[in-house]
Amino acid sequence: MELKKYNLFFLYQETFALTKRLFIQLKRRPSTLLAGILQPIIWLFLFGALFSKAPEGFLPGVDSYGNFLGAGLIVFTAFSGALNSGLPLMFDREFGFLNRLLVAPLTSRLSIVLSAFFYITILSFVQSIVIMIVSYVLGYGWPNLYGLGIVFTTLILLVLFVTSISLCLAFILPGHIELIALIFVINLPLLFASTALAPISFMPNWLGWLASLNPLTFAIEPIRTAYTQTMDLELVALHAPYGDLTCKSCISILFFLTMISLIIIRPLLNRKLN
Amino acid sequence: MSYIKVKEISKSYSDIHALKGLSMEIPAGTLFGILGPNGAGKSTLIKILATLIEPDSGEISINNINLIKNSRQIRELIGYVAQDVALDKILTGRELLDFQSDLYHINKNKKIERIETLINQLEMNDWIDRKCGTYSGGMKRRIDLAAGLLHLPKVLILDEPTVGLDIESRNIIWQLLKDLRNDGMTVLLSSHYLDEIDKLADRLIIIDHGRVIAQGTPAQLKNKLGGDRITLKVREFSNQEEAEKICEILSSIDGITQIIINKAQGYSINFVADKEKDLLPKLKVELAFSNFEIFSLAQSQPSLDDVYLQATGKTLLDAEISMTGKRDLKKESKQSMR
Repeated sequence: MELKKYNLFFLYQETFALTKRLFIQLKRRPSTLLAGILQPIIWLFLFGALFSKAPEGFLPGVDSYGNFLGAGLIVFTAFSGALNSGLPLMFDREFGFLNRLLVAPLTSRLSIVLSAFFYITILSFVQSIVIMIVSYVLGYGWPNLYGLGIVFTTLILLVLFVTSISLCLAFILPGHIELIALIFVINLPLLFASTALAPISFMPNWLGWLASLNPLTFAIEPIRTAYTQTMDLELVALHAPYGDLTCKSCISILFFLTMISLIIIRPLLNRKLN
Repeated sequence: MSYIKVKEISKSYSDIHALKGLSMEIPAGTLFGILGPNGAGKSTLIKILATLIEPDSGEISINNINLIKNSRQIRELIGYVAQDVALDKILTGRELLDFQSDLYHINKNKKIERIETLINQLEMNDWIDRKCGTYSGGMKRRIDLAAGLLHLPKVLILDEPTVGLDIESRNIIWQLLKDLRNDGMTVLLSSHYLDEIDKLADRLIIIDHGRVIAQGTPAQLKNKLGGDRITLKVREFSNQEEAEKICEILSSIDGITQIIINKAQGYSINFVADKEKDLLPKLKVELAFSNFEIFSLAQSQPSLDDVYLQATGKTLLDAEISMTGKRDLKKESKQSMR
């Protein structure tokens, strides 16, 4: 029992140290944080203005395009941050810093992965809150307390899902060039093939199918619904070609995908870290 | 009683056999040297001992704890200083030591005390609060050494710790290693610098192509060679045929032993001459009889390089040169990446 208590404290100590290191890096090189906040805000202004003169009722269930876009940009920001979360680990692998961690008697090497999750989750929350505040200032609304719970639950699931994939890639790929290239290839196409910028009803059939199978869509739609103020988990959030999905269904699918990805990456992390 | 036991370990990276059934035993409180040219298998051996990679076969124990089965327990006993110093450029030296202390679960009060002690011991006061990215090679090596010593390990493992260092940093590290050994720590030091191993090591192994080719104390190994080493040349650049003829002549002279052709040095001939016998006049006569003249003749006390030469037929420097270009360091680095 005493040993278990110590192990838990040690796990906390090493995870805290690893997370703290990432935040010191962020503090001394804040460009990632700033870019991660500025980019969606610029998008919010530009894209928000793009359809500002669109006729009323142009988009289903929202007053303006900015109103529609907010949820997409919150998800995209969290998604981009999580997708990049493998990069520090890749650099640690390449420069040999990971060996420093691996020769230490860590209680569990899971702390290396946990620290990445904590760091990205906190970072995504900070960025998302800034975007939500800017959206509010621009008149695009603010979710109620229940809605906020939905927003952050969805974001945690998305961050866990994407971070686990990114960490996995950081161990599989030979170097950071390949990882960055893959991030470039994945990032924008996944955004455009989701409901972040347009509803499924605006898309050709094939793209509608793609968007309705895209994990980003399962995160975007509950958040978009959370902004309607009449938040109800049983509300239909997504009119997919294969049928209507409620908020609850979308979050459940996201939860399922996250669990699957965590189960899939576990043997790889075990092999690489043990 | 051996504190570290390595029995018949082998390790291959695809088609490269880095270690081939290597065995060694290291007593507690010894400063133990691992000498060999680049590519001999030193770093692979060190990485296995540091629990970074597993051998394909063989057994290893430290303090009777099986290294492969109980690697976490072993990590508490060892401190590791890698060949390529990997520091976080953004952190200051003090932050790095603080970070490392937490990974070793050192409590807060003890952590501050240990960090201060090591800062003073390794003379890092002037620059410890600067970012690691601004450090010179010597500073990086010292901070890395301090990080390896934070938790007061029983065994300190160092992979070529003084490569490319300035004299001041090298002397500080040498002195510290001697002090640690005197305090009872077991220190394992790999190097391809002969003088470093000769000056520091209590005992050593010499490895070549993944095998131990000699082991003992530096004095034992040198004494095994017997008398003085002689290097003979009959012309500046000879050839194999000529060198073999001279070997035949030398082997017929009583008192000359351990004759080796050193191809890399223009087919010069190395041998050991019995100190008790004045062999030079006889050597001249025998060579003249076969129409050879002495171009140069050098006499020296046996060194560890002679030990290596005796075992492999080439000097350590020649072995280094012959390896240059053969190794794909980028590929090796990728192979050793997790």
